[in-house]
Amino acid sequence: MTHKTEKLVIIGNGMAPGRMLEHLFELAPGHHEVTIFNAEPRVNYDRIMLSPVLSGEKTYEQIVIHGDGWYIDHGITLYKGHRIVAIDRAAKTVTSDHGVTESYDKLVIATGSVPFILPLPGKDLPGVVTYRDLDDVNAMLLAAQSRQKAVVIGGGLLGLEAAAGLAQRGMDVTVLHVMPTLMERQLDPAAGYLLQKAVEERGIKVICKANTRAIVGESRVEGVELEDGCIIPASLVVMAVGIRPNTGLAKEAGLAVNRGIVVDAGMQTSDGDILAVGECAEVGGMVYGLVAPLYEMARIAAFHLAGDRSPAFAHSDTPTKLKVTGIDLYSLGDFADGDDRQEIVLRDATAGVYKRLVLKDNRIIGTVLYGDTADGAWFNDLKKKGTDISEMRDTLIFGQAYQGGSPLDPLAAVAALPDDAEICGCNGVCKGKITGTITDKGLTTLEEVRAHTKASASCGTCTGLVEQLMTLTLGDRYNPAAVTPMCPCTELGHDDVRRLIKAKGLKTIPAVMQELEWKTSCGCAKCRPALNYYLVCDWPDEYADDYQSRFINERVHANIQKDGTYSVVPRMWGGVTSSQELRAIADVVDKFAIPMVKVTGGQRIDLLGVEKEDLPAVWADLGKAGFVSGQAYAKGLRTVKTCVGSDWCRFGTQDSTGLGIRIEKFMWGSWTPAKLKMAVSGCPRNCAEATCKDIGVICVDSGFEIHFAGAAGLDIRGTEVLGLVKTEDEALEHIVALTQMYREQGRYLERIYKWAKRIGLDEIRRQILEDRDKRRAYYDRFVFSQKFAQVDPWSERVSGKDKHEFKPMATVGFPQAAE
Amino acid sequence: MNWIAIGHIDDIPLRGARCVRTPQGKIAVFRTAENEVFAIEDHCPHKGGHLSQGIVHGRAVTCPLHNWVISLETGRALGADQGEVHTIAVRNEDGELSIALESLMLAAAE
Repeated sequence: MTHKTEKLVIIGNGMAPGRMLEHLFELAPGHHEVTIFNAEPRVNYDRIMLSPVLSGEKTYEQIVIHGDGWYIDHGITLYKGHRIVAIDRAAKTVTSDHGVTESYDKLVIATGSVPFILPLPGKDLPGVVTYRDLDDVNAMLLAAQSRQKAVVIGGGLLGLEAAAGLAQRGMDVTVLHVMPTLMERQLDPAAGYLLQKAVEERGIKVICKANTRAIVGESRVEGVELEDGCIIPASLVVMAVGIRPNTGLAKEAGLAVNRGIVVDAGMQTSDGDILAVGECAEVGGMVYGLVAPLYEMARIAAFHLAGDRSPAFAHSDTPTKLKVTGIDLYSLGDFADGDDRQEIVLRDATAGVYKRLVLKDNRIIGTVLYGDTADGAWFNDLKKKGTDISEMRDTLIFGQAYQGGSPLDPLAAVAALPDDAEICGCNGVCKGKITGTITDKGLTTLEEVRAHTKASASCGTCTGLVEQLMTLTLGDRYNPAAVTPMCPCTELGHDDVRRLIKAKGLKTIPAVMQELEWKTSCGCAKCRPALNYYLVCDWPDEYADDYQSRFINERVHANIQKDGTYSVVPRMWGGVTSSQELRAIADVVDKFAIPMVKVTGGQRIDLLGVEKEDLPAVWADLGKAGFVSGQAYAKGLRTVKTCVGSDWCRFGTQDSTGLGIRIEKFMWGSWTPAKLKMAVSGCPRNCAEATCKDIGVICVDSGFEIHFAGAAGLDIRGTEVLGLVKTEDEALEHIVALTQMYREQGRYLERIYKWAKRIGLDEIRRQILEDRDKRRAYYDRFVFSQKFAQVDPWSERVSGKDKHEFKPMATVGFPQAAE
Repeated sequence: MNWIAIGHIDDIPLRGARCVRTPQGKIAVFRTAENEVFAIEDHCPHKGGHLSQGIVHGRAVTCPLHNWVISLETGRALGADQGEVHTIAVRNEDGELSIALESLMLAAAE
C-alpha cells in the first residue's frame, strides 16, 4: 500500500489513544501518518497499575504498554513533554508549548482528566499531591522515604489504593472521607463497613464523615485541620477526591463541551475532523473513568478513522474492583434500595464474606461482592443478558457452581460459562474469543494470550479465569506454574520474593517466611542461602548476616573438599605476588604439612588438604604476611585476572595490571547472586582471557572496552560488549554499576550471563551506559554496601569469631593416657 | 545406659551443629530451630560427607557435598535418595547434653 496517507494528530498519549492506534493499525495499516503530543515526558503506560507501582509490587518498566520501539516501528512521531496550547480549527493545526506546530487532516483529543483539587486554604503547599500519573507516584515514593505521617483525602477507589501503597511503604496513613462509609458510590454500607475493617487491619486509620477545613503548614505541609478544629499532623497530603474531564483546550477551540467534550456515538465532536476519546469525552450524556468503556471508545474511533462509520458506542455497566492485595471487592450496576426491588444477601462473618444481589422483575440489576468475588463474572453475565433467575432464585447467591448440584470446582464453573460471557472486563474480552484464539494461534503461555487477545492485560484481576480457560483448552499442555517457585517451601519465584522483600521492608529470614507464608518452619538448604543473600544485598546496614543459612564454604571461608578437608586461597591482587609472599606461603605449607599447592585458573595459589581445625592457625600465619582471604569460596567477587599491560608488554595499550588491582581492591568482599570472575586484558590479543568472564575489560588505544555476560563453565559463551569508555575512572564506575544492577536483580545462583539474557542486553546498556543518573545511583548503592562488606573474614576468625566452627564440641571415649 | 557428657546446648548454634570425636569416629550433634537436640554419625551414607557441616532445616540436615537430605530423627535419607546413618541417643538435662555409650558401641559393632 503506497497511497499515503492521512495526517493524524493525537493530543494525549494515555491508554485510550494507545488502544485506538492498535486497532487502527490493524484495520488500515499504513494509511496514517501519526503524530502524538504527550504532556507527560514518557511513553504509553498502564495507568491502572500505578497502585502496584506505588506499593512496590510492580515497577514502572513492567507497566509500559508501548515501549519506544513500538513508536519507531509504526513510524509515529512522539513529542514527549509537549503540552498542546492551541488548536486552530481553521488552519487545521495544533501548537505545543515548545512552539511546535503540526497540521492535521484528522485530530483526536485524548486529554484525559484532571484531578479535582478541593479549594482549601493551603492546597498549594509543597507536600500536597494528587494521584493521577507517574510523577505523582514518584512524589509519593519520595515522601514515603521519610516514613512519617500521610493523610489521604478521599476514601474512594484511588484514595484507598494510595493509602494502601503508602502504608506498605512504611508511612503512618490516615484516610479522611467525607461520607459515612468508604467507596459509597460503588459499595452499600455493609460492604463499606467490611472494607473499612480490612483497611484498618493494615494499620491505616480511617475517619469517615470528616470535613476538611484547611491544610496547614508554614513553608510546606504540616497537617490537615478538620471542621471540628482537630489537626492531624502529616508531611504528605494526597488529594484523591475525584477527577473531572480535561476539556479546557477543546472549549477554547470552540468545540461543544458539556461535562466532557461532547461526541456522538462515533466519537466525533462538533467539528467533523476532530474526534475525542477517553476520560475527556462525553458520550450519550455520560463521562467514564473505568478502562472498559474507554477502550470501547478507542475501538469505535479506530473504525471511524479507518472510514467505517457504522460501529456505535453503547453504554454498559462496568464492574469496579479494588487493586489492594488481599482485599477482594466487586461491585456492578445499581444497588440502591427501592420499592420495586428485592435483594438476596449472604453474610459469613467468620470468613469475612458479604454478597448482595439486587433484583428487579426477577432479573439482576446490581451486585456487591466482598471477600469472595469469584462469581462476579457470572452475575455480570446474567445481568447483561437480563436472564430470568426465578428458577434458581433459592441458590443463586451461592454462585454458579451451586446450580444444578455440580461440585464446587472452579474449573467446572468456568467450563459452564457461555462463549459470550465476559472474562476480561477492562478489555471487553469474552470467553469464546479467548478459547478461539488459543486454538487458532496455538498459544500456550499467558503472555501470548495477553498479547493476542488483551485479556488479563490491564488490571490483571481476571488472570485466574484466563488461566483456567487455558487449562480447559490446552489440558496438560498448559503449565500454569510459569513462575518456578524458589523451592518446595514456597509458591513464589525468586523475583517475587526479591520484590516483596523490598516492598514490605522485610529484614530478617523469619520475617520473610512469616509474611510470604512459607510452607516450612525454617526453610531448606535451597531457600535459606538465597534469602540470606537477598537480605544482605537489600539491607546492607541493617541485616545481620545469618551464618547458619550460609553454605559451609561461606561459613568457614574455605572450600570443602571430598574428604572433608578444605582448600585455602589467599588474595593476590590482580594476580601479582612477591618473594616475601611466596616465602610465607611456603612456610605455611611446611608448618601444616599441606599436601598440595596448585595455581588456579584465576591466577591464585590454592593450598589443598587443610584440616578444618587448622584453618584459623593457617590464616593467622598468612595474615602476618599481609594476606587476606581470596574469597575463592564465595558467591561474590572472586578474582580479577590481568595481563602485564603497558608496563612490560610491547603491545600493551593501558596499565591493565593496575586497573585489575584497582577494581579488585574496590570490589572485594561484595556478595553477588553467583560467583563473579573478572579479567582485564591490556590489548585485543586478550592474554587475560577477558572475553569469557562475567565481566571483562579489553584495553584499547582509545580507552577501555567493557565486556560482560561471558561464561566458561558448563556453558561456554563469549562476552557481549557493554560499551567503550575513555578513562579508568569511567571504566570502574561502569563495572561497579553493572555489578550492582546484577546484585539487585539476579536470582540466587544465576550467573551474570543468564541474568543478562533474561533482562535483555539493550536494557542493561540503557541503564548502565546511557542513563547517567541510574548508573550513579547503582554505583552509590554499591559503595554504601561495601562499607559493611569489606571486612576480612580471616582476621575476624583469627581473633576468635565463630570459634565453635573449628573445634569439636568434645572428645569422648578415648583412654585417659591418650590425652 | 551409660551417659557421657559432651557439653552444653549453648555450645551449638541454633540451626547448627558441632561434632564430637569418639574412638569409633565422629558424631554430629544438631540443635534445631526449636531447640531440639539430635545426634547422628557424621558421615553421609552417600559419599561420606561431614553432615555436621551442612545446613540444618526443620528436623533435617543437607549434606554439604551433594545435597542429600538426612532426617535427624531417623538417620534416613529423605526424598528419592536411599541410605541411612546411625542415630545416637541424646539426653538434655537443663541444657547439659550427654550421649548414650551403648548406642555408640552398637554403632561401632556393626
